[in-house]
Amino acid sequence: MKKIGFQAAAIALALGFAWYLVANTVDNLAARNIASGFGFLGREAGFEIGETGGLAYGAADTYLRALAVGLGNTFRVAVLGIVGATVLGFLVGLGRLSENPLVRGATAAYVEFLRNTPLLVQLFFWYALITEAFPSPREALSPLPGVFLSNRGIFFPLPGSWPVLEGFNFSGGGHLSPEFAALLAGLVLYTATYIAEIVRAGILSVPKGQLEAARALGLERRPTLRHVVLPHALRVIVPPLSSQYLNLVKNSSLAVAIGYPDFVSVANTAINQTGQAIEGVALIMAVYLTISLALSALMNWCNARLLARG
Amino acid sequence: MKRLFLLALAFCSLAHAQQSTLDAVRARGTVACGTNTGLAGFSQPDSKGVWRGIDVDVCRAVAAAVFGDASKVRYVPATTQQRFTALQSGEVDLLSRNTTWSFSRDAGLGFNFTGVNFYDGQGFMVWKKLNVKSAKQLNGATICVQPGTTTELNLADYFRANRMTFKPVVIDKLEEVLNAYFAGRCDVFTTDMSGLVSVRGSRAPNAAEHVILPEIISKEPLGPLVRHGDDRWFDIVKWSLYAMIEAEELGLTSRNIDEQARTSKDPSVQRFVGASGDLGKMLGLDNRWAFNIVKQVGNYGESFEANLKPLGFERGQNALWKDGGLMYSPPIR
Ligand SMILES: N[C@@H](CCC(=O)N[C@@H](CS)C(=O)NCC(=O)O)C(=O)O
Repeated sequence: MKKIGFQAAAIALALGFAWYLVANTVDNLAARNIASGFGFLGREAGFEIGETGGLAYGAADTYLRALAVGLGNTFRVAVLGIVGATVLGFLVGLGRLSENPLVRGATAAYVEFLRNTPLLVQLFFWYALITEAFPSPREALSPLPGVFLSNRGIFFPLPGSWPVLEGFNFSGGGHLSPEFAALLAGLVLYTATYIAEIVRAGILSVPKGQLEAARALGLERRPTLRHVVLPHALRVIVPPLSSQYLNLVKNSSLAVAIGYPDFVSVANTAINQTGQAIEGVALIMAVYLTISLALSALMNWCNARLLARG
Repeated sequence: MKRLFLLALAFCSLAHAQQSTLDAVRARGTVACGTNTGLAGFSQPDSKGVWRGIDVDVCRAVAAAVFGDASKVRYVPATTQQRFTALQSGEVDLLSRNTTWSFSRDAGLGFNFTGVNFYDGQGFMVWKKLNVKSAKQLNGATICVQPGTTTELNLADYFRANRMTFKPVVIDKLEEVLNAYFAGRCDVFTTDMSGLVSVRGSRAPNAAEHVILPEIISKEPLGPLVRHGDDRWFDIVKWSLYAMIEAEELGLTSRNIDEQARTSKDPSVQRFVGASGDLGKMLGLDNRWAFNIVKQVGNYGESFEANLKPLGFERGQNALWKDGGLMYSPPIR
């Protein structure tokens, strides 16, 4: 009984303090004549966004729509990044256990090198590489018919739509911007190093007896890997994978530095144009929290299924 | 990001009993001045690490007025994105950083602009090899721009009004956005004309490869600003800038002010240098506040000569009103 009393008092105190902070903030904002509230979401944004990932957007649209475009861009790079990093991470993790010393050495060097340099530096490197090394659109390289590489990114044909040089740039076809490509490459190559280590550790954790039993049954190396090693290893691999996925999503907010209009980049612009930093930061936190919780839930579900399969 | 949290903290802080900015500055012993991260002629550290430029001179003028010592400034470089939170959160006492005085910043962000130290307008810089002669030919261009600027908004307006489209590449740091432009990622870089001239003169690997188009698409009155809510500090910053402009009009310079203070019988000069009247006291400052500004920093014209002339700037709109420009100080009396 007494315990409950204490707890209630503690909760009341915390709520009271929170209320005090909020009230104080609102007061101070009003005293300094800084606008507050989420009303700005419905106002015209007034700025353009470089890539909209298929969503229709123009400067006359609202802040809300601008933020949605940013969120879409975050999703695009995060989903592709997770897929890419997982595939590459598994290959490299297996490579590190290869019987071929060359493969072992190369994968080890890759992991050590990329894991020990800051991701931001890597992003600048990939971005500079793409923008500096490739020619201008008028002198674009064309390795395959309809595919054009330039410092404006990669243009490639889509069914019924072929890229053509028009004025300043190509139009038509599909397009990967240098910002997107650099961010995706950076995230995939960086996160894959961590995933590779997780995969390697997972495989090493499979008891030797399992392998010997498989060999005794006359299984070849590949089927052994598929049917014996991986199912065991996955149970060790999946839980830490989730935190790598979360890291990738959070790291994608480094996009601002190389001009990819992800959610944080668009939200920052909105903060600057409206001055509503508190609301903007609250939105950023809410979005990342939601993504993180959803991703964790998904991975937990995955893990549960894996365990249930026994 | 860190700044934003600082901001949140500052707003939530229990300190309702607010200390005046002047007291805080005096207690600290320096004026915290938000500057550009590096824009030649406006605010940039020279090879010895000494900050120079016409925006820097406003910071120094305020320090000269408050402390009688123009060197008592702590410079806080801020990008286009960081500058407003730096001021709102109290990290800096004033922002003197080629910032456009606009309605929504003045009325909505909780700031007061204290005047204009450079009248400017937005322009476009283009790769010469593209053979573009007018901004009207920029349909479809890729344009590098910094976020959180009036530039970004005017750009969208201009293309909408002229029924043209463009692709923005938006990068926070000036250094990085310029790298992208100079690498050829963008056809065009856009900002205030002053920024274009400064950047072409001081950052372009080869200035001759770039042309600045003739169109000026906006009004960009650049000036210092302070937080709402401290009128005394607002007055100090405002009149520190006006003192520089008024000094030019009175013909007072860093070189002749000692002598003028001793010999001039002109009542405006006597008031200005603090030999008569008590203007300084009305600001809560030493009566020689304006004398110290001119003696240590110089008048507006001197600052312009020293910082902007070498980069090829003409006085133009920034000449004194009596010479056909827009620079005009209300009477200091
Ligand atoms: N006057 C405009 C633009 C001023 C501006 O920030 N210009 C850029 C380009 S010259 C700049 O100074 N960047 C330097 C930096 O980010 O430190 C505004 O107030 O929004």
